[in-house]
Amino acid sequence: MQSDTSALALILTADPTLLAIVRLSLIVSLSAVAVAALIGLPLGALIALTRFRGREGVVVLLNALMGLPPVVVGLAVYLLLSRSGPLGPLGLLFTPAAMIAAQTILVTPIIAALARQTIEDLWTEYHDELTAMNVGPLHRIATLIWDGRFSLIVALLAGFGRAAAEVGAIIIVGGNIDGFTRTMTTAIALETSKGDLPLAIGLGAVLIAIVIVVNAFAWMLRRAGERLAR
Amino acid sequence: MMRAPPSDLPIRFGDVTVSAGAVTVLDRVSLAIQPGAPTVLIGPNGAGKTTLLRLAMGLIPPSRGHVTWDGVAGVPPIKRAIVFQRPVMLRRSVAGNIRYALAAADIPRERHDARIAELLALVGLPDLASRPARRLSGGEQQRLALARALARDPTVLFLDEPTASLDPASTKAVEDIVRAIAARGIKVVMATHDLGEARRLAGDIVFLHRGRVVESGDAQAFFRSPQTGEAKTFIAGELLL
Repeated sequence: MQSDTSALALILTADPTLLAIVRLSLIVSLSAVAVAALIGLPLGALIALTRFRGREGVVVLLNALMGLPPVVVGLAVYLLLSRSGPLGPLGLLFTPAAMIAAQTILVTPIIAALARQTIEDLWTEYHDELTAMNVGPLHRIATLIWDGRFSLIVALLAGFGRAAAEVGAIIIVGGNIDGFTRTMTTAIALETSKGDLPLAIGLGAVLIAIVIVVNAFAWMLRRAGERLAR
Repeated sequence: MMRAPPSDLPIRFGDVTVSAGAVTVLDRVSLAIQPGAPTVLIGPNGAGKTTLLRLAMGLIPPSRGHVTWDGVAGVPPIKRAIVFQRPVMLRRSVAGNIRYALAAADIPRERHDARIAELLALVGLPDLASRPARRLSGGEQQRLALARALARDPTVLFLDEPTASLDPASTKAVEDIVRAIAARGIKVVMATHDLGEARRLAGDIVFLHRGRVVESGDAQAFFRSPQTGEAKTFIAGELLL
C-alpha cells in the first residue's frame, strides 16, 4: 500500500528520474516502430503483390518471425555490435541506437506480416480496377498502403505494443545504464530486483497508461479517417 | 465533339479459346469490333460476355488464338477503359477517384481540376465531388465509374452490364451517359442480358451462347430477323438452355 502511494507521488510530482526514463523509452520504441514501418510496410506490400517460387515459405517464415525471442535478437545484435563483431567499430553497443536497432528487428516482421495480410486482401478487391488503369507496380504498392492506411494502423500498434513491452533485447544491447540507456521496462526489472517497488510500480503504471493512450488515439484516428474516406 | 478515329480499332479475335481448368469459357471465337455505333454483347448468363470484354480490354490472355488491336497484339490498355459490373470505388472522395485515374493516365496535374469538373458534369454528379465514393448509391457509383473510366480519355470503352441491379431511373441515367459517350466518338462495347437495353443502345449485336458467337451484325437486322433458333428463342424471352 505504501509502495502504491509512493508510486503515485512520483507520477504526480513529475519525478525527473521517472520522466527521463519515460522519455527515453518513448524515443527508443517510437523510433524502432518508425524504422520498422519504413521497412515492413513496403516489404509486406511487395510480398502481397508478387508471386514467386517459395512465396508461401516466405509468408510462413515472416509469420513465424513475429514470435522472435527478444533475448535471442538481443544476443545477435550484441554479437554484431560488440568490439570484436563486424559492426564493432561503429561503437554503438550500450547506446540508444543499439536498442532501436534491436527493437526494429523485433518489430519489422510484425508490421510486415500484418501489412502483407491487409494489403493482400485489399489487392484482391482492387486488382481488376488498378490493372485496367494500367497502374505500375510501385504506384500499386503506394496506392494499397495509402488506401489501407487505417487498417495498417493496427499493424503499427501491434509493433508499438511489442516494442514498448520488450525488455530482453534492450537490456542486453543497452546495458540498462542509469540516465543513458535505462527504459521503463529495464528499470522496472532492476528496481524490482532491488526492492524499490514505488519506482517500479510508478513506471509500470505510466507504461500501461501510454499504451492505452496510444491505442485510444489510433482508434480515434481510424474512426475519423473511415468517416472521411469510406 | 468528334475525335480522331480510335487507334485501338478494329479489335480482332482470331479463333480465340479461353479455358478455365476443364471448362471452356470461350470456344473458337472469331470476331472483329469495328469503329462506329455501340456494339452490344448479349446472351444468357455464362455465355462468355464478360470474358470476351476482359479479353478485348487485354486483362486476360487467350488460351488459344490471338487478339489484336488495330492489327497489333499485346497493346497495353492505354487508350482503352472498362467499367466492371460491380466497380470498386477507391477509398477516397468522388473527385479523388477521378483524380487517381487522371494521374494513372499521366494527365498533367494542372489539367486535373478542369477535367474532374467536366467529367462530373457529364455523369451528373457535379455536387458530390467531395463525398466519399463508397457512400454513393449503386447508381451513383456506376456513374462515377463511368467518369473514372473516361478520365484516361479512351478511344474504346467496355461496359460490363452497367445497369444490372439498378432501378429504372438510374438505368436511364446510365444509358443517357452511354449515348453521350458514343456521340463523342468513343467506341462503346457493352455486355448486357437486358434485351430492351440492347435494342435501345446497340448499333451492332454480338449474340453469344455457351462460349460461342452464334450471330453478329447489325442490331436492327438481328432483332427483325434472327437467323438461328437460339437467337429466336432468346429474343422471344424464352429460356435458353
